Formats: sequence, structure tokens, C-alpha cells
Amino acid sequence: MFMTKTVLKNLLTKYATRLYPFQTRETFKDVKGELKIEIDKCVFCGVCKMRCPSQCIGVDKKGRSWEVDPFACVYCGICVDACPVKCLYQEGMYKAPVAEKHMVFHAQEEKADAPT
Amino acid sequence: MTRTVLPFGPQHPVLPEPLHLTLTIEDEIVKEAIPKLGYVHRGLEKLAEIRDHTQMIQIVERVCGICSTLHAMCYCQGIEALMNVEVPSRAKYLRVVWAEMHRIHSHLLWLGLFADAFGFESLFMQFWRIRERIMDLQEATSGNRVIVSVNVVGGVKRDINKETEKWILETLDKVAREVNQLKTTILDDFTVKQRTVGIGILSKEKAYELGAAGPTLRASGIAQDMRQTGYAAYPELDFSPVIETNGDSYARTVCRFNEIFQAIDLIRQAFAKMPEGELAVKPKGLPKGEVVSRVEQPRGEVLYYLKADGTKFLDRLRIRTPTFANIPPLLDMLPGCDLADVPILILTIDPCISCTER
Ligand code: SF4
Ligand code: SF4
Repeated sequence: MFMTKTVLKNLLTKYATRLYPFQTRETFKDVKGELKIEIDKCVFCGVCKMRCPSQCIGVDKKGRSWEVDPFACVYCGICVDACPVKCLYQEGMYKAPVAEKHMVFHAQEEKADAPT
Repeated sequence: MTRTVLPFGPQHPVLPEPLHLTLTIEDEIVKEAIPKLGYVHRGLEKLAEIRDHTQMIQIVERVCGICSTLHAMCYCQGIEALMNVEVPSRAKYLRVVWAEMHRIHSHLLWLGLFADAFGFESLFMQFWRIRERIMDLQEATSGNRVIVSVNVVGGVKRDINKETEKWILETLDKVAREVNQLKTTILDDFTVKQRTVGIGILSKEKAYELGAAGPTLRASGIAQDMRQTGYAAYPELDFSPVIETNGDSYARTVCRFNEIFQAIDLIRQAFAKMPEGELAVKPKGLPKGEVVSRVEQPRGEVLYYLKADGTKFLDRLRIRTPTFANIPPLLDMLPGCDLADVPILILTIDPCISCTER
């Protein structure tokens, strides 16, 4: 009896869900989404690599490159908090699904006018 | 009468959890149940040897998705005890807020699954729709929907400002109203009563003897709740354990329903009493010694045993989750019940097998 009333009420109210992906909601502020790096700021100190609980970051000091396995990353944000120069940040959205796994690789370009 | 042996699980339509029971039945009546666990063992305790004690916070959060913040809280409280860290008052209140949010969403999830086990699919959707409000609160306050990663050794990482506080309180009012409406829908329903009242009775003595935990224990009339031991800000909040006395499936459902309202009340109290102040203190040194830390999760008492020898890595980490404690009482409830009631009885202990096996 109670249930019938509830079911009828549900039929008459609007959807509780969104028509994703056509309709999306704005992400909340400070949501821990996909991990990004501003590679030019990175000093290759390796702190992020050491702190990461899932050990999915690779830092190559000599080759001046930084990489992350986005499929092993658990979006915890520890590396973002730990980075001394604050060059890591997390976007509001999670990484979109892909068909094949891959690493995200960034290398600093040689600065032409850098003093040797 | 011939006896039949029937395998139940680990894949079963009403139970997403990989629990296997070997049931001996006689004319559709269960005579004996033997559990078999170990399908989702992940070796998380072993990881303590290669991840340092601060990284372990993120790992214990993943013991169970539903109780993530409570696992981290229990672990951090243990490490804090080892390092003699006094957590700031505001952090203690914030921990209560996130812990109780977790309780609400976990109980709503369970109520949805419970309704689904009866075939009440629309009711299942209703509960999960309400639950979505809490998930939004979690996402907005902690940055993640499910794994609420806010605890650190010495306090919490994030703060809740006045504006968010207002939004949380408004949302909780809505949640309380909507859950209250559904209360009559499920608890006064003829079919639900027919299938739960007087079924799977766990007597007070048996519950105590077999070491039941959480709502399974409290529905049998024992007022035991780890929050009474006074961790975080609970000693300053007014609350007493929700108890029911019948010990049947219905009592366990009512118990969880009432705990949702209690959790909402605790969050309101926490916000009313929350002092200003810092969020965390920086711990000095490394943990050394042995400690047992206990916290009340939605499913019952979780116990962490930590042994540290003054290095970065823990010597030993041992986790006992509430479902592990609730399996012996379940085996006591099953004999004598109808085969058709088995899934519902298993559900009433709110099993979380992946955290049992860690
Ligand atoms: S911590 Fe920051 S600066 Fe250091 S290697 Fe990582 S990203 Fe680069
Ligand atoms: S967000 Fe966490 S898991 Fe992902 S790379 Fe950073 S520290 Fe590692």
C-alpha cells in the first residue's frame, strides 16, 4: 500500500539522474581528479616518486623527464601536497576511459639560451 | 529424509560479495552451513613491510571502500598513540563529521541492497538516490566520492567552512525527511514483515558468546558501541547506542534505520560544538611500541593491532574487521531457516567480504 503510493509519486516526478554525457554537472571545487604536471617548473627532485603510495611515478633526473602510470594512480593527491615547487596539480575531472593502457610521459625541453 | 549439499556463492545474484557457504539442506530447511573465505585476499597487511607508515594511510583506506575514512581514522589513532601526538580539537570534530557521513551512506547502501534482495527494485533506487546526496557531500568536502582521504597522523587534511557547513546541514535535513518517508514504506510493509519478523533470531546470550559486532550485536539487545570508548570527539557528544531487543532480521533493519537518524544528529551536534583552531599537528620522530586501536564502523567494531620498532616501516599490522566477527553469529542463525531466507539472512549482517579478507 505504502509502496504503491511511492511508486506513483516517482512516476510523476522528474528524473533523478542526468542524461550523461550530454548533460554533466560542474565538478566541485578541489576535487582530486586527473594528475597533471607543469613540466617546466619541475626540478626532478623525486619527492613525489618517493611519497606516492602506489609507486606509479617515475622521475629521471639525468634525462629531465617525469612519468606517471595514470592507471595505477589512485587520485590520492599525496604527490601534489609533497611537491616542493608545486608543479603538480589535479584537475576536477577523472581521466576519461581509453582502450589501451599507456604511461603519461613528460620531458623538459632543453632551453636554448640556458647557461651551460 | 535425504540430505542435499548445496553450494551457495561465491557468485550469487543477490549478493555482490564473494562469500561461499556449503549448505546442507533437508527438505528446503538448512541444517548446517560451512563458510569458505579467501576469494579476494589482497595481502594488504603484508604491504606494511614495503610502504612506510604514512603511505599506509592510503592503503588502509582501501581495505574497504565503504568505510574508508574509518579505517584511516583507526590507523591514525593507533599511530598517534604510539607517537604521543595530541590531535587538535577541531580535527577531532571533523573526524566525527566524516565518520558519521560514512555511516549514513553505508546504511543507505545496505538498505537499498536489502530492498533489492526482496525484489523491491524501485525501493532500492530510492535509497540510492538519497545516498547520492551524501556522496556529493563527501566529494565536495574531501575531493573524492568514495575514498574519503582526509586523515593524516596528527589530525585532518581538509577543513569545512561555514558555507559548506550550512549546505551539509540543509542536505542532512532533506536526507532525514526522505529516509523517514521510506521508513514506513519498508518497515510497515506486509511482505517485508512476513520475511523478516522472527527469522534468523540471534539471542542475546549467543550474540555475546559468539562475539557479534555492530548492529548485529545491538539488535540482540546488547548496548555496546565502540564510540562509547571515547575516541575523537565522541566523549563530548550526547549519544547512546541504538538497541533493539528481538534479535531477528527485522530488528537488525530497524537498528540500522535508527542509526541513520542518530548519525545525522551526531553531525548536527558536532557542528554546533566545533571549536575554531588548527587542523593538524606535525608528529615528531617515528612510531615505536605496540598498540590496539578500535573504532566503530557502520558494520561494527574494527580493530587494528600495530607494532612498530622505531623505523619508518611497521613491524606488524593486523586488521580485524567487523564482518569477520559477524560470521560465527551468521552460522548460528542459518540452521533451521528456509533456503529462500538464506540470502536475506546473510545480508542482515551487512557482509563485506573484501575487507574481511583484506
Ligand atoms: S616533487 Fe615536484 S619537483 Fe620534485 S620531481 Fe616530483 S613533480 Fe618534480
Ligand atoms: S595522486 Fe597519489 S597515487 Fe596518484 S601519482 Fe600522486 S601520489 Fe601517486
